[in-house]
Amino acid sequence: MDPSVVLSALVLGISIGSIFLVAALGLAIIYGTAGVINMAHGELIMLGAYTTYTLQTFLGVPFFLCLPLSFCIVALVGIAIERLLIQHLYNRPLDTLLATWGVSLVLMQGVRLIFGSDPKYVQLPAFLSTNLDLGIVNVSVFRIFVVLVAALLVFATWYTFYRTRFGIMVRAVTQNKEMAASFGINSGKTYMLTFAIGAGLAGVAGAMFGGLNIVLPTMGMSYVVEAFLMVVSGGGSLLGTILASGFTGQMQSIFAFIFNDTFARFLIFLMVVIFLRFRPQGLIGSGDTRR
Amino acid sequence: MSITRRKFLKTASVGALALAAPHVWLPGNREAWGATLTAGEPIKVGLLFSLTGGLAVPEEDSTLVMQYAIDEINAAGGINGSPIEPVIVDAKSDFKVYSSKTRELILRDKVTSIFGCYTSASRKAILPIVMQQDNLLFYPTCYEGAECTQNTICTGPLANQHSKDLIPYMVDQFGPRVFFVGSNYVWPKESNKNAKVWLEQANGELLGEEYIPLGSSEFGPVIEKIRAAKPDFIFSTVVGASDIAFHRQFKQAGLKVDSMPIASLTTGEIETKAMGAEFGAGHFLSAPYFQALENPTNEKFVENFLGSPYGKNGTTHYNMEETYTSAYVFKGALEKAIADHGIEDVTPRKIRDAAAGIKLSADVSPEGEVWIDGENFNTWLVPKIGQCQADGSFKIVKEAPEHVAPDPYSIYPDIGKCTADGLLAPDGTLRTDVI
Repeated sequence: MDPSVVLSALVLGISIGSIFLVAALGLAIIYGTAGVINMAHGELIMLGAYTTYTLQTFLGVPFFLCLPLSFCIVALVGIAIERLLIQHLYNRPLDTLLATWGVSLVLMQGVRLIFGSDPKYVQLPAFLSTNLDLGIVNVSVFRIFVVLVAALLVFATWYTFYRTRFGIMVRAVTQNKEMAASFGINSGKTYMLTFAIGAGLAGVAGAMFGGLNIVLPTMGMSYVVEAFLMVVSGGGSLLGTILASGFTGQMQSIFAFIFNDTFARFLIFLMVVIFLRFRPQGLIGSGDTRR
Repeated sequence: MSITRRKFLKTASVGALALAAPHVWLPGNREAWGATLTAGEPIKVGLLFSLTGGLAVPEEDSTLVMQYAIDEINAAGGINGSPIEPVIVDAKSDFKVYSSKTRELILRDKVTSIFGCYTSASRKAILPIVMQQDNLLFYPTCYEGAECTQNTICTGPLANQHSKDLIPYMVDQFGPRVFFVGSNYVWPKESNKNAKVWLEQANGELLGEEYIPLGSSEFGPVIEKIRAAKPDFIFSTVVGASDIAFHRQFKQAGLKVDSMPIASLTTGEIETKAMGAEFGAGHFLSAPYFQALENPTNEKFVENFLGSPYGKNGTTHYNMEETYTSAYVFKGALEKAIADHGIEDVTPRKIRDAAAGIKLSADVSPEGEVWIDGENFNTWLVPKIGQCQADGSFKIVKEAPEHVAPDPYSIYPDIGKCTADGLLAPDGTLRTDVI
């Protein structure tokens, strides 16, 4: 086989994996710490894309500034959802599942009412629409950009949860809510901020996916399945999600090269099912301390 | 009396069968249309498109343009003095809703015809009901053919008309080596079968054929395969949001539009608007209609439609225009049926029979003169090839010299030929209601 074909498959695998990771990161945080199965995650991604579209089209904000702004705005939406709904349901996981699913429908229809159902698009700076020819491999600049943003988001998330005082509080609440409370940690506020960060990460993901794809009220649905796949097979932890995304991205790329796209997806779903049959707790996850 | 398992199963299966019986459709078992038209009273038609969900992008426009056409017809005096009254339903992009709403439109609202559907899957979901009730479906978009029902009229191009000019044109302009990319469902696969026939006649060479799951937005592997194959052009039947992702990633991956353009059957004005004109510029589309067509009827249609409350999405496109013409085919056919049978005796089936040969002149149809085939009830039309410009509009680069005949079984001569009464097999047997 031609070495440049193999190499471009590997490079593409990294890119696909980083897209999976960006989509899954917010979900992993919310699920991993608060234990909330957030069915509205895809719609938070969609909100991020619409936020970018709105900022860009109506206020003329440049694309790069839209990324942090999308984080903030969708994080605020996340806070609203958490305060109004999810904080009352922390002890009822099945109900949060239904409630967040309801939220997803409300968000989808709400956006449709405001923006209509015709597709919108996010304009990218011209250099992001070019490519980089390295002789043996040819990579699009936008894909490199997504990988870089993914790396940045992972680092920021890791730093927040493992190197700050807030991170210690979050991990304490995750391990034992009552014990943490007895040390004076406000668990309600911790959950709220975690949910906000998770929602904000979905917002950044949406801002980027708007550049790769099309902005539609229904766009979130196509990302949420993959995001859940990564989080569940990763075991709900940050490292597990990164490993699962990287591995699945490579598999997707390699199988698509050898066979075709449809069959590649079939193989991946099959592999995930078999994997979870023998290791239901996922790649990295203790599995027994879930509240 | 004790209930044994066997007795229970027997009773349950008989019960289930009895419950299902009215819903099981057997060919030849048709219900009469339980309504009559009265002179001066409104004529009800159903508009069965998705206003919400994944299919809403093209189908919402179909509903809007139908309302526009109906207003236009009513303002001009209706049909023999009767106004058309649309019954608008939202099919919610859900095939179960398509079929339940079809039943509702026919049985409760007693519509004379249904205008609806965009995907082949939804059409196949509702046709058994339309046929059982002997109603009439106007299917106003392109499709793959290989169907022969006595209850459908289609105003879009069939697979045998769609790519007939496009493939030889592209081979002539760019070279013989081509790569096929499509969404993974029936229409792209059947369209590609037709395209292969034209490709062989043009001495082209097929380098590869790839299908992407519907709705997928990851074209990385396919684009790398295309890069490795180095085709002279790409033939695309990718639909919907995927099509937009494909064009964007094509440019982002550094493929060049002037040396390897995409020749598409789907990427029209609405798609180029959604992807951003810079991603669409230079690529080709084959369709019977473009917003940029220069004729007085189209100029009037574009101006009036975009100025009306229904033109809120800001563009016209081929799917929309095919829907618009279907309203006028309905008008022509119904007027003929009334003249032939008298208004009290008109049924949906008689409207369909009257549609044979109905011609829309160039001052009604924005794409130019079209007419309905008297045997298979698809449309004779002139496919055109447009190239997308930097502003997202299309420039017509080629127009077929004459009308192209629709033939739903052009690549399956062994199966038969679609006639007005049914599918005529080579051995002389006639089958009705073939889907």
